[in-house]
Amino acid sequence: MTLDNAKLRDAAASRVSRFSLHQKHVMWAWAFLVLPVLFYGVVRFWPTLNAFWLSLTDWSLFGVPNFIGLENYQRLLDDPAFWQVFRNTFAYLVIGTPVSLVLSFVVAYQLDRVRFMHGFIRAMYFIPFLTTAVAMAWVWRWFYQPVPIGLINNLLAAIGLPQQPFLRSTDQALLAVLAPAIWAGLGFQIVIFMAGLRAIPETYYEAARVDGLSPAAILFRITIPLLKNTTIFLVVFSSIGFLRIFDQVYNMTTGDPGGPLNSTKPLVLTIYQSAFSSFEMGYAAAQTVVLFSILLATSLLQLYLMRDR
Amino acid sequence: MAITESRAGSRLLRYKMVRPGAALVWFLLFAGGLVMMTPIIYMLATSLKDASQVYDLQFIPSAPTLDNYITLLTDGRFSRWLANSAFVAVAVTLSNLFFDSLVGYTLAKFRFRGRSIVFIAILSTLMIPTEMLVIPWYLMARDMGWLNSYWGIMFPGMMTAFGTFLMKQFFEGIPDDFLEAARVDGMNEFQIWWRIAMPLVAPALSALATFTFLNNWTAFIWPLIVTSDPELYTMPVGLSSFSVENSVQWEMIMTGASVATIPTLLVFLVLQRYIVRGVMMGGLK
Repeated sequence: MTLDNAKLRDAAASRVSRFSLHQKHVMWAWAFLVLPVLFYGVVRFWPTLNAFWLSLTDWSLFGVPNFIGLENYQRLLDDPAFWQVFRNTFAYLVIGTPVSLVLSFVVAYQLDRVRFMHGFIRAMYFIPFLTTAVAMAWVWRWFYQPVPIGLINNLLAAIGLPQQPFLRSTDQALLAVLAPAIWAGLGFQIVIFMAGLRAIPETYYEAARVDGLSPAAILFRITIPLLKNTTIFLVVFSSIGFLRIFDQVYNMTTGDPGGPLNSTKPLVLTIYQSAFSSFEMGYAAAQTVVLFSILLATSLLQLYLMRDR
Repeated sequence: MAITESRAGSRLLRYKMVRPGAALVWFLLFAGGLVMMTPIIYMLATSLKDASQVYDLQFIPSAPTLDNYITLLTDGRFSRWLANSAFVAVAVTLSNLFFDSLVGYTLAKFRFRGRSIVFIAILSTLMIPTEMLVIPWYLMARDMGWLNSYWGIMFPGMMTAFGTFLMKQFFEGIPDDFLEAARVDGMNEFQIWWRIAMPLVAPALSALATFTFLNNWTAFIWPLIVTSDPELYTMPVGLSSFSVENSVQWEMIMTGASVATIPTLLVFLVLQRYIVRGVMMGGLK
């Protein structure tokens, strides 16, 4: 009798304590999450909705926003300057991504086999990734100056080649701005490619050699296919970076923002100017929605391609 | 261990097999590395020249001088911008280390209703570009009186979805038994996270710290928008305005650019191993 009672009490106690344990567990979880949830709500989701709402108004920073429907978007479509910006933005992407991926893959592939001074050579490629884009934009801007200031034109003169206008030419300015962006991103891509190469099991290579595959066949039939996910990640990562290019353009073309005839102007610089030079907040917000849509499409494409495997 | 050895062995073998070309490949890689370093080396070299030597374009200055640095740093503005950037980047990094890992841990190790909604909601913010938020953030900062303040520069980055996701991945690798044992010892949940779980994910924390610090040290567009008082500029914003002001004094611009670059170079030289590993980790997770 006493024994049974004790058992019952134990059982009840353990049930009570287990129940309260779980409740405590949940309370701890929400205690940990309360500030972060508040943060993401106020600093991420609310501003996102706000940007969508502002894109439907004529707000100009001062005064009251009036709802004008899709007028801002209509204005974007009708504006040839915006189409120029749109083309520039995609030019950064379409040139920048393949060039930087091919370069970084070639370097990573070769560097992976090099043992002599491996760390030192890797560091030489990686260090530009750690630089400040603003600082390097000015260094490159200096390189592009005409003789006697600029390094590149001096080199060209020394070997008897014609001088190049670089940032002053509508043909070359975009490429001149793109170069430091590619340069700064290479180190990151090389390191990621090398991590991907290391992750390929050595047995695959051994099997291929036993089968008598040539080095080129190994590269194209084993290495590159097995790097698919690394490559997709880098394509998307660098595409998003080029679509958002700003620091280099802003600093390399301060005298003439957006370069000669807006030939270097990307979407983000347009957004910055609409919002903080002309104070057309509604119009700028519509441009950010366009940027958001492009980036979203890029990210969703990545998810789709990754799911395939 | 055995795997590493056999890997190294076969790697050596592969290297030997391509030996005739290997020397050439090594040379080309080395030359490419020098090209990569040229902008940085030229920047540093020119920062050691006085105005009369700038156009000689020598790699090694004929009469190196620290005068440019002395001029810049005694001027006060650059020291101020350096201090601002250091403070902002360190504070934001600490905040991310604390909150991202706390949230990552909670999402990895707690079972409760709403967990997956919170996770998906946080993850979905990865899709929202900063540039879309700067206009609403600016309005928020203006209405709250945060323009031209450290808090104004810092508040958008205090937590990130990237960091949360990275930390969650790593906390999921910790066996529940470890945490259960601490629970039996009478630790509360906060102590378990802080004293047991956090030390186990130290490599991930160093990766997160690397990314967050670097991102904030080099951040440009948001500090440019939220500050108009030069006293509050961060290094990149200050350097940009300084360079516009002195746009023909290239030796001074190069010195300013060096001042912005040298701190990260020094940190890299000391922590090279951790930084490269951290970047690999952050990129692959």
